[in-house]
Amino acid sequence: MSAAAAPPSLDQVWTWLAEVPDPEIPVISITDLGIVRDARYDGAQLVVTVTPTYSGCPATEVIAEQIRAALAAHGIADARMETRLSPAWTTDWLSDEGRRKLHDYGIAPPVGRAAANEHAVDLSRLRRMAAAPVVACPRCGSTRTEVLSPSGSTPCKSLYRCTACREPFDYFKCH
Amino acid sequence: MNTARHDYLLRFGDNALILSQRLAEWCGKGPALEEDMALTNTALDLLGQARLWLSLAAEQAGDGADEDTLAYLRDDRAFRNVLLVEQPNGSYASTLARQFLFDAWSSLALRRLLVSSDAAIAAIAEKAVKEVGYHLRRSSDLMVRLGDGTERSHALLQAALDQVWPYHHELFTGDAVDTEMTAAGIGFDPASLRDDWLAYVREVLAEATLSLPKDSGWRPKGGKQGLHSEHLSKLLAEMQVLPRSHPGARW
Repeated sequence: MSAAAAPPSLDQVWTWLAEVPDPEIPVISITDLGIVRDARYDGAQLVVTVTPTYSGCPATEVIAEQIRAALAAHGIADARMETRLSPAWTTDWLSDEGRRKLHDYGIAPPVGRAAANEHAVDLSRLRRMAAAPVVACPRCGSTRTEVLSPSGSTPCKSLYRCTACREPFDYFKCH
Repeated sequence: MNTARHDYLLRFGDNALILSQRLAEWCGKGPALEEDMALTNTALDLLGQARLWLSLAAEQAGDGADEDTLAYLRDDRAFRNVLLVEQPNGSYASTLARQFLFDAWSSLALRRLLVSSDAAIAAIAEKAVKEVGYHLRRSSDLMVRLGDGTERSHALLQAALDQVWPYHHELFTGDAVDTEMTAAGIGFDPASLRDDWLAYVREVLAEATLSLPKDSGWRPKGGKQGLHSEHLSKLLAEMQVLPRSHPGARW
């Protein structure tokens, strides 16, 4: 009887994870989104660590199921999902590729870096947060845009309107 | 089991859960589509935060409880939320005034928990503080828009603020649980948040042309210890009816 085949390399596992789409925004993968923080073997078991985007995001559980299914499809039956809250997910972890795909899909990617937000540095005093950022229209490129609704179709997006080409569009909030 | 820590976790979890349930009552009834989405988005964030806090409390108890049994199978006296969050929605102005006072407190409270000696608590705070930052921006902006809006919106919001104001005192009133958590480096002294909170509230109210309500001397409290108003029982009756009537029901 031959020895069991060596388990797939972690590099291979990452390429498979990179094929798992985000359930809400299928043009980007979960690795583009930056939520897969780690993949490692614990003995024979593969452990994938995921950091949720928003606490209440309903996609979180779907994503865990999709990862399990994708790994199983590649022959990895023994996998465990772990959730890691800290450090908290930030849109700063969106890959450049992910930002380009969002733009091409018609969703304006986050403007600026979340790490620069005041709440990340000031522990005691509250200050009025700055107004919404200037966002370029992903269709025509104009910056003559306005917020229609700070809350959008999913927790991670706001709804904008371009006053140049008149099209509404989603903006992926800097978070 | 450290019962003070367990109580402490329930307080944060129940504040988020009960306020989430209140906001969800607006679903489909918001005064504008944008507001309907904002309220339910806020409710969803708070529900997610409640799950994190209650799961941690359940994990500590280790008695077979989980986030669902804590949310759906406890009676009113076992809830540890402040009275503020269980107050009825009332008008849109009342909902907004309640949210604004809570968001400002929650932002400050979570910042304190970022440096908690309890790593699991600090991690939840790190996640939640970013979301609550959005909530506070929205509720502050709306206070200004409606306060400094029409004569009617100003009058409605001032009346709503005056009405909900006495409930803010409980947020800054500590008890033995707070003392123990503060001594352990896990939590903070509630009274120590008051100055920063008041400074921020004053700033927004000034911009909103609203007056700081006068202190009537009436300072309702007891929610943190499980002594609630009748409003909570009715809220729970609606929130818990399905899992209580159909134990183990699944989609």
